[in-house]
Amino acid sequence: MGMAIESTELNEVETLEGHTDRVWSLDWNPATGHSGIPLLFASCSGDKTVRVWEQNTLSSNRFTCKAVLDETHTRTVRSCAWSPSGKLLATASFDATTALWENVGGEFECVSTLEGHENEVKSVCWNAAGNLLATCSRDKSVWIWEVQQGNDVECVSVLQGHTQDVKMVKWHPTMDVLFSCSYDNTIKVWADEGESDDWQCVQTLGEPNNGHTSTVWSISFNASGNKMVTSSDDLTLKVWETENIEIQSAGEFAPWRHLCTLTGYHDRTIFSVHWSREGILASGAADNAIRFFVDNNESEVGDPKFKLLLKKENAHDMDINCVQWSPGEKPLLASASDDGTIKVWELAS
Amino acid sequence: MASGLINPNPIIYKKKDRRPRTLSSDENDVEPIDLQEIFDILFSNSIDPEHPKSLEELGVVTEEGIEVDDQKSYVRVTFKPTMEHCSMATLIGLCIRVKLMRSLPSRYKVDIRVAPGSHATEAAVNKQLNDKERVSVVLENPTLVDIIDECLTPSYD
Repeated sequence: MGMAIESTELNEVETLEGHTDRVWSLDWNPATGHSGIPLLFASCSGDKTVRVWEQNTLSSNRFTCKAVLDETHTRTVRSCAWSPSGKLLATASFDATTALWENVGGEFECVSTLEGHENEVKSVCWNAAGNLLATCSRDKSVWIWEVQQGNDVECVSVLQGHTQDVKMVKWHPTMDVLFSCSYDNTIKVWADEGESDDWQCVQTLGEPNNGHTSTVWSISFNASGNKMVTSSDDLTLKVWETENIEIQSAGEFAPWRHLCTLTGYHDRTIFSVHWSREGILASGAADNAIRFFVDNNESEVGDPKFKLLLKKENAHDMDINCVQWSPGEKPLLASASDDGTIKVWELAS
Repeated sequence: MASGLINPNPIIYKKKDRRPRTLSSDENDVEPIDLQEIFDILFSNSIDPEHPKSLEELGVVTEEGIEVDDQKSYVRVTFKPTMEHCSMATLIGLCIRVKLMRSLPSRYKVDIRVAPGSHATEAAVNKQLNDKERVSVVLENPTLVDIIDECLTPSYD
């Protein structure tokens, strides 16, 4: 990174209040924060609503709540995700449904509802092309949906394999390979091996592979997609790597392997980890703290491969459920907490 | 609880005598939370759905099973299900968690666990009780909330 670690500091840009229950998750709209378009993100909560927040002007430190999406989900909204074009927002709820929202003339309209899971949907994610959605549930299954013209959505595959509730689904940033993590302590890798939606589990990363020893809560990839980081109730972050993304794009699957374990940093469940395009890992946990890690370029054999850049104790008054880097040239970090607030941070050096 | 009692003849332990609580005269006093407060929260009620006796009398929760650190805003309750295969272990643990959640300041972190060696599926019960997503799912289920509320109804004995 070449940055002087000692001089790095984390500044609180703004605290956003509005949700009346814990904030579970948030997602930045990828089509904002550049080309003169102010940043925008959505947050979702135990208060059954989704809120959309917009930066007043690009590079401004003020955010305003532009919309409250309510009266659609009847229970906690657990997860939300913008399509790559930024035009559609998907929201997953404990009410067993996933809703698709479209911004029509400044108003968000629910244009489709995805039903099928037996119970609570916990996570939703778009693939890089924006034509596939994945969802996962307490019913232990992972569903893949195809989004067609006119927002018609069709389930193309139901993936069984996890033995407990599935906490998060995440598509690879460049390939149509899906990753899921679970209360069963494993991460599963799913790929379409045949010609027609023949999705199969191609790898399971568990304890025998130096994997996690308790619930895995989140997954994030580095920009090039050859590394993945996972966070867990076992109080560790684990970094995994694979080879030859180019070959894999042609349909060959190369397995992932454990690279290193970051341990001894958080002392309660690590609910969220997110890798910035610049290579900075941010993690948020039930210990109310946010931590930042960078690749340890000077590491020799046996040295830690990542080093702590900064720690922020008491970033929130309660558990931190989600941390997400914004798009744009100078990314901001947003964190969502059980304390009902979202905070926006700037990492300055 | 329509089903019959799983352990109809539990051993009854004597309640310990405790100092009465002195109420602070100044409302602005920041009163640290101590063991006494946790006892009061847990022992004022009968929260074992199997038995209309207090948790203390049944030996489900004892003084030794409660650790509190007000500086760190941390409480850990270690409880002993009334039987090794007590199917109610998760429910008892949930009731303890809900009771503390409703009574303690929100800054508190709470861990609930069954006593080591006291239950056949110890690790599985502990994992469930400390997964806040699963707990929040339970608390959105009106039927389960009714059962918990019933268990948390004071037993004026």
